[in-house]
Amino acid sequence: MMLIDHMENEDSITFRGRRFIAKCIFNVLRIGPIPNHIAFIMDGNRRFAKKRNMAEGVGHEVGFQTLKSMIVFCLELGVKCVTAYAFSIDNFRRKPEEVQKLMDLMMEKMKHLTERESFVHQKQVRIHIAGNLELLNPPLRDAAKRLMEVTAGYSKAVLTICIAYTSSNEIVHAVRESCEEKRNSIEDQTKDVSLDLVDIEKHMYMAIVPDPEIVIRTSGENRLSNFLLWQSCSSQLVSTAALWPEIGFWHLVCAVLDFQRNHIYLGKKKKQI
Amino acid sequence: MNFKEEVQLLHGCIGQVGNLVVKLLWHLQHVMVSLWYFGIGMADSLESYCISKGLLRRYKSLHIGRLRYLAIVVESEDAHQTAKIIELLEWLAAVGVKQVCLYDTEGKNFLESHENDILLDQKNFTLEFASFSDGKEAVVKAANVLFMKYFKLSASCRNQEDQIFTEAQMTEALKAVGCIGLEPDLLLVYGPVRCHLGFPPWRLRYTEIIHMGPLKFMRYGSLRKAIYKFTMVRQNYGK
Repeated sequence: MMLIDHMENEDSITFRGRRFIAKCIFNVLRIGPIPNHIAFIMDGNRRFAKKRNMAEGVGHEVGFQTLKSMIVFCLELGVKCVTAYAFSIDNFRRKPEEVQKLMDLMMEKMKHLTERESFVHQKQVRIHIAGNLELLNPPLRDAAKRLMEVTAGYSKAVLTICIAYTSSNEIVHAVRESCEEKRNSIEDQTKDVSLDLVDIEKHMYMAIVPDPEIVIRTSGENRLSNFLLWQSCSSQLVSTAALWPEIGFWHLVCAVLDFQRNHIYLGKKKKQI
Repeated sequence: MNFKEEVQLLHGCIGQVGNLVVKLLWHLQHVMVSLWYFGIGMADSLESYCISKGLLRRYKSLHIGRLRYLAIVVESEDAHQTAKIIELLEWLAAVGVKQVCLYDTEGKNFLESHENDILLDQKNFTLEFASFSDGKEAVVKAANVLFMKYFKLSASCRNQEDQIFTEAQMTEALKAVGCIGLEPDLLLVYGPVRCHLGFPPWRLRYTEIIHMGPLKFMRYGSLRKAIYKFTMVRQNYGK
């Protein structure tokens, strides 16, 4: 049962009643530790559309509304950073028409989020687009940069959207950036210098946020699919059978309850690793 | 005490009672979650027993062909439980798994004293050990290999930079520093939480990760079930 339906009318009495119950449950949850950063692998939009006999594009649209709801829940709970895996570099191998529809959808949503009335401005959420933006078409790349610019001053929370992203690409990119930086900073060309872990980590796309405490994947899949492999060493990995558009309040509550049960162990691992 | 002070005192008391109620509700939530997991654990134990005894038909035969390489993540504290580890490896060999990687963060070579063990002598069973140093630290070493190539590029050859910084070159660099192995098809986590504990990131991209619970409670039936579920998975690899 979904406590909050992503497509429900926000002015209805039942919606407001459910929101009140959700707030009460969050108040109870906040007695325990709340994760600083939750990451989502948004899997299942196409399967959702197929299951409900909808066009594929509608599945992605509902998926976006779901992302909005989950971000709002996370913010209300006190989670400072949210990351969502929106488009992998591997996804470029889909049919060109599907890729184009996704690019168009991302463009539309980025323009919407840039507007002053959007929830990112109301909630003062900084948007960070993580990924190899050079793989995107120039208008989309510019829209992404514009969105990051207009929200750069916000500090209440950070929403990272991974587009044209894979961990392996991120690692190679970080190595390249750190090599260039190191070479440019060497005055004595004969001096023996080398890279260290700090050099590489500061050039990761995800360097602006701490490592996630929880990584949630929907659709019952049990792999990370090249997402946050570097950053998830001490993360609790959660797999839920719900398709992404079906995920909601209770899934988040369950994941956070699990985190609260295990946070001492996870904290210990974070220090060791 | 005047009226205003009495009202303030009352508010304070109500606030404290309210906080106490919320704390009690939090504890109650966790008691319910613990009971839920206890129930799940009992059901899993029963199912595992049935699978071990061959009572559940679908787990009787496993099409192990797709499982070319399996990795196990254990706690470093559990790595000393050599009897348990060897038993687990024997189960895997019995199921038909030929190549296994054993990972713990600290790299305790817990099977050092078991060099003559029959299992390890089997020619068709390969066992690899890995630790946290094969992960991020290995990438740093590989990065330095690429850095040396990059550093040696003269100004006229700068357009070759793109050929140095590729995933294929990173893989080669990891091989050069002795830190590359196969990417496991399946990773079994034996610990309290589903967490890969820093398994080498370059080898985890499309690996199925299954949580098996603490090593001390490992069950043969659960192992068969995990492998069976893996054989039923179909990956799109992003398509």
